[in-house]
Amino acid sequence: MKQFLSFVKKEFYHIWRDKRTMFILLGMPIVQIIIFGFALTNEVKNANIAILDNSKDVATASLSAQFNASRYFDIEKNLFSYDQIDDEFRRGKIKLAIVFPQHFNEDLLHFNKAQVQIIADAADPNTANQLTNYATSIINDYKDRITNEKKLPYTINTETRMLYNPQLKGAFNFVPGVMAMVLLLVCTMMTAITIVKEKEMGTMEIMLVSPMRPQLVVLAKAVPYLLLSIINITSILLLSVFVLEVPINGNLFLLVFESILFTLVSLSLGLLISSGAESQQTAMFISLVGMFLPTIMLSGFMFPVENMPLPLRIVSNIVPAKWYYSIVKSVMIKGVGLEVVWKETLILAGMMIFFLTMAIKRFKIRLA
Amino acid sequence: MTNDKVITAKNLTKKFGDFTAVDHISFDVHKGEIFGFLGANGAGKTTAMRMLCGLSLPTSGEATVAGYDVYKENEKIKKSIGYMSQKFSLYEDLTVRENMEFYGGIYHMTDKFIKEKTAAILKRLHLEKEKNLLVKSLPLGWKQKLAFSVAIFHEPGIVFLDEPTGGVDPVTRREFWNMIYQAADTGTTIFVTTHYMDEAEYCSRVSIMVDGKVEALDTPAQLKRTYEAASMDDVFLKLARKAVRAAD
Repeated sequence: MKQFLSFVKKEFYHIWRDKRTMFILLGMPIVQIIIFGFALTNEVKNANIAILDNSKDVATASLSAQFNASRYFDIEKNLFSYDQIDDEFRRGKIKLAIVFPQHFNEDLLHFNKAQVQIIADAADPNTANQLTNYATSIINDYKDRITNEKKLPYTINTETRMLYNPQLKGAFNFVPGVMAMVLLLVCTMMTAITIVKEKEMGTMEIMLVSPMRPQLVVLAKAVPYLLLSIINITSILLLSVFVLEVPINGNLFLLVFESILFTLVSLSLGLLISSGAESQQTAMFISLVGMFLPTIMLSGFMFPVENMPLPLRIVSNIVPAKWYYSIVKSVMIKGVGLEVVWKETLILAGMMIFFLTMAIKRFKIRLA
Repeated sequence: MTNDKVITAKNLTKKFGDFTAVDHISFDVHKGEIFGFLGANGAGKTTAMRMLCGLSLPTSGEATVAGYDVYKENEKIKKSIGYMSQKFSLYEDLTVRENMEFYGGIYHMTDKFIKEKTAAILKRLHLEKEKNLLVKSLPLGWKQKLAFSVAIFHEPGIVFLDEPTGGVDPVTRREFWNMIYQAADTGTTIFVTTHYMDEAEYCSRVSIMVDGKVEALDTPAQLKRTYEAASMDDVFLKLARKAVRAAD
């Protein structure tokens, strides 16, 4: 035990003495949460639009005012002819154009029917979709209001409820994703690098000649990074609850337990990588390309796994972050318990045991 | 005489694929001896030494270290030996004192022992003022002496030194050999590889490896007589010229 503690103490000295790396490790989750929370949001706000009002009556004026008041839109320009629209799009000035035909209000009053044209810049299809949805709902709101005033019978309203995330906040999606990314980066890459560093420095030779058991060397390497990760989990959760206002709907202890489980999976992966890599660059490369990219692309955090072709959906199953991401979303946002996420939990536990056993087995007791 | 053999090797061989790095070497090392293990680069010195330390498994042949078999009693050997590699193997971002505490810790030494031993070493190396400095700020010669002290920190019966004086100035090398003599005087067996021939003169007995084989093994004085050479340098040149294997 004393042997083990001496080794862990030494590892802490390494981390502590390399202040720059330490600050990156502890600061990265904070910076990521803030960047994702405030800068990289997929919600569209204050999109510039143009209005071509060929009618210029009470109804179009009222609708235009509502567009301008909405937090999604800013009226950039009022146009006078149809030809101007194309020009505005080409110059990238506007994302959406709204065209009211002549006699808009008259048509509405006399025929109970009027048309509006919404033109979107579909070079970015997601934004175009979102904006047309927002625009349609503003127009529908207006329609509902005047319909009520006239007390016409038989109106059917569809009511949509967005469960768990009524405001459709992006933070609900990326907080679990950032957690998976940060834990993976700290644990997998850092443990892999730190072991390979000992190989490079020649100190691993001394460890192997010493009576310290190789398994203990491997485990002692992992302990400090487990503690760092717990600090990171805490800071991410605190930031998301108090700054981004993402609630923890489920059991906090379950969430922390699952996070530690995922940390252990990542640590085991790092140890496994280090047992094969001979240089720090190799270790870093394998961690980044082999772990980091699949985590971003196949965990469901950036792109929904359900929409992927079958081969990719199968591959995504071996990405640990996919399971963790799903657990965090279920526990944190939906507030469900272990009775729902037991399958994912078992898969993560199985992965941890598998990777750790492989790592210890492959760790070379002898040099050649 | 048999009892004081602390290292024995009989037809010890190591092959890497088709390449025979160490080819049927046999020798005995006696207690308290300074055994010089010489050879050109690539002659197989380091491989032979690694087999004795348990870092590398022999392909065939027999060897015992401190009476333990290198195949089966690996763990017991590890407790009886000290090892210093070419790279000095101290942790650069730890202080002098932390390095000693760490090595003491992994060799199961008690806190009291570590404390006393650390104080004694710092005093002997005149490093008391530098004990809280990071190792990376020390000059090479000091690191090397410190690495040797750390290798014998747990007072092993045998210590293996793999080219311990690489890149160090002659004065420091001389001081380093004084430390080796002191350790040998207390009964520690020293097994040292080197390619500095002046250092070979300091050894009790010297073996010279050429192309994986032990070509000569005797006291420096006897070797010079046998090969009618004025110095160990000449002895070495006469033997090493026979090498066919290119130095790496």
